[in-house]
Amino acid sequence: MLPFTLHPVGDSALLAVFEQRIAPEIGTAVAALNARVQAAAIPGVGETVPAFASLMITYDPLVMDYDTVAAALQKLVTSPGAANTAETGRLVTIPVCYGGAFGPDLPFVAKHAGLTEQEVIALHAGRDYRIYMLGFLPGFPYLGGLDERLFTPRLPTPRTAIPAGAVGIGGEQTGIYPIASPGGWQLIGRTPLKLFDPAAGTLPYAAGDRIRFTPITQAEFDALAQKEGTV
Amino acid sequence: MSITVLDPGPLTTVQDAGRLGYAAQGYRTCGAADSYAYRLGNALVGNTPRAAVLECTLRGAALRFEQDTIFALTGAESPAALDGTPVPYYAPLLAKAGSTLQMGMAAAGLRSYLAVGGGIATPPVLGSRSTDIKCHIGGVEGRKLAKGDSLPTGPCDTAALWQTIAVRQLGRPLRDARIRTVPHPVRVQDTQILPLLRAVAGPQDAAFTADGLRTFTHGVYTLTPNCDRMACKLAGPAIAMKNGADILSDGIAAGSVQISADGQPIVMLADHQTTGGYAKIATVISADLPALAQLRPGQAVAFDFVTPAQAVQAARQQAQILQQVAARL
Repeated sequence: MLPFTLHPVGDSALLAVFEQRIAPEIGTAVAALNARVQAAAIPGVGETVPAFASLMITYDPLVMDYDTVAAALQKLVTSPGAANTAETGRLVTIPVCYGGAFGPDLPFVAKHAGLTEQEVIALHAGRDYRIYMLGFLPGFPYLGGLDERLFTPRLPTPRTAIPAGAVGIGGEQTGIYPIASPGGWQLIGRTPLKLFDPAAGTLPYAAGDRIRFTPITQAEFDALAQKEGTV
Repeated sequence: MSITVLDPGPLTTVQDAGRLGYAAQGYRTCGAADSYAYRLGNALVGNTPRAAVLECTLRGAALRFEQDTIFALTGAESPAALDGTPVPYYAPLLAKAGSTLQMGMAAAGLRSYLAVGGGIATPPVLGSRSTDIKCHIGGVEGRKLAKGDSLPTGPCDTAALWQTIAVRQLGRPLRDARIRTVPHPVRVQDTQILPLLRAVAGPQDAAFTADGLRTFTHGVYTLTPNCDRMACKLAGPAIAMKNGADILSDGIAAGSVQISADGQPIVMLADHQTTGGYAKIATVISADLPALAQLRPGQAVAFDFVTPAQAVQAARQQAQILQQVAARL
């Protein structure tokens, strides 16, 4: 496992900090540490928050303290099997209807890249993206791996309302808006999947997984949206 | 079994101990901003520690109890009257069916709490009743209370509970000021008596210069009007950074002190985002965060560093005080 340092976050959490850069091997290390902490189920240790190159681990100060949690973590990573940094994430397919009313900024993204709209779609859907973390909104994935040719500046004036399911590009990132929100990303399509489902508390993906966007037609979108109840 | 909202006040929400276990999915924790007043209220009415209460902001609500209800008020002491008769804070009280509680404007403090026997029993979402206004979940339809809302309350043997309170003579308000409001240290500085917020350095304290760290613990920081349940933005002497404010986004906790690009502290409260990209110089300890949650724009604070062990000790002392109150019932 890649090395990390531990830092206190008040009296209820600590932060395991890896080398501070966005890279697949670091994302893998964060996911591996997260999996180990979850599996260990240390009494008094609560939820974890994986990020690009760190893992926050919360604890109950009434039963745990910083030194005890830190020692438990060190033991976890030095125990047998801890060197396993193999990819463990799932590959999750997200159907996207590109362009048209769902992707009002697809023409701009294409023009900016000097490509046709079909080429933009092929590039965007033609690769897997690593989910480094979720944040900003419930289910909002921070994805790595956007083709450089699709890097597009954010809108000069953010939209006041971006619909749930919108797929966009903001600078060097691409992602999905799981719930309606203001935002400045260039919108290129929409997924009919119901990503924000607090009644269920589940998401089709988690940090450490990979996402692949699959182009679908308007008819396929309509059928899926009907099924998902996102019409 | 319910409570009817006659006048919600400017910002009243259902809150509990927070939505725990979903931060990795990006769900905010939320929960009572003043966790001490919240826990004290539940302790006074014999509730389980995670029961839901009402959190009122600046001005309280007007409510009608549709059945006999034990309730307690804690936090900012907005004047309250039950059917026109003033009632004290920090005491379990009995409201008869049909009676009306009217809360006014707090003279000091910001957030008042109403705990009722059995708790507010709106439907839990992801294991919590806390209202997440930003994501529209929890509480009443994920929003602040509105006139005409009917709030279900949980099961409570009101007659038996009131009997116990009477027999044990627990109906009087708590007298000890060190129990009524969260005990926290102060610093006398430039003729001002400032609430002192103890904080654990880090996780990015290394991103700040020695001068910057010294400024943080020696400066006086005033709450700006940009304070809400998400965060308190403060203004004071600029805190110097080595290489700018931006970091790779990482996890945020309640109490995290982000330093923005202009060197000003932003202290995260209950509704904070789960992740953020500003360097965090320190984390206000959980025992002192309730004091900040009761301050208004224009009021000032000072910071001091403590060790994680001291912070844990303070949290345990506070829990012990609350445990003593809860143990009476």
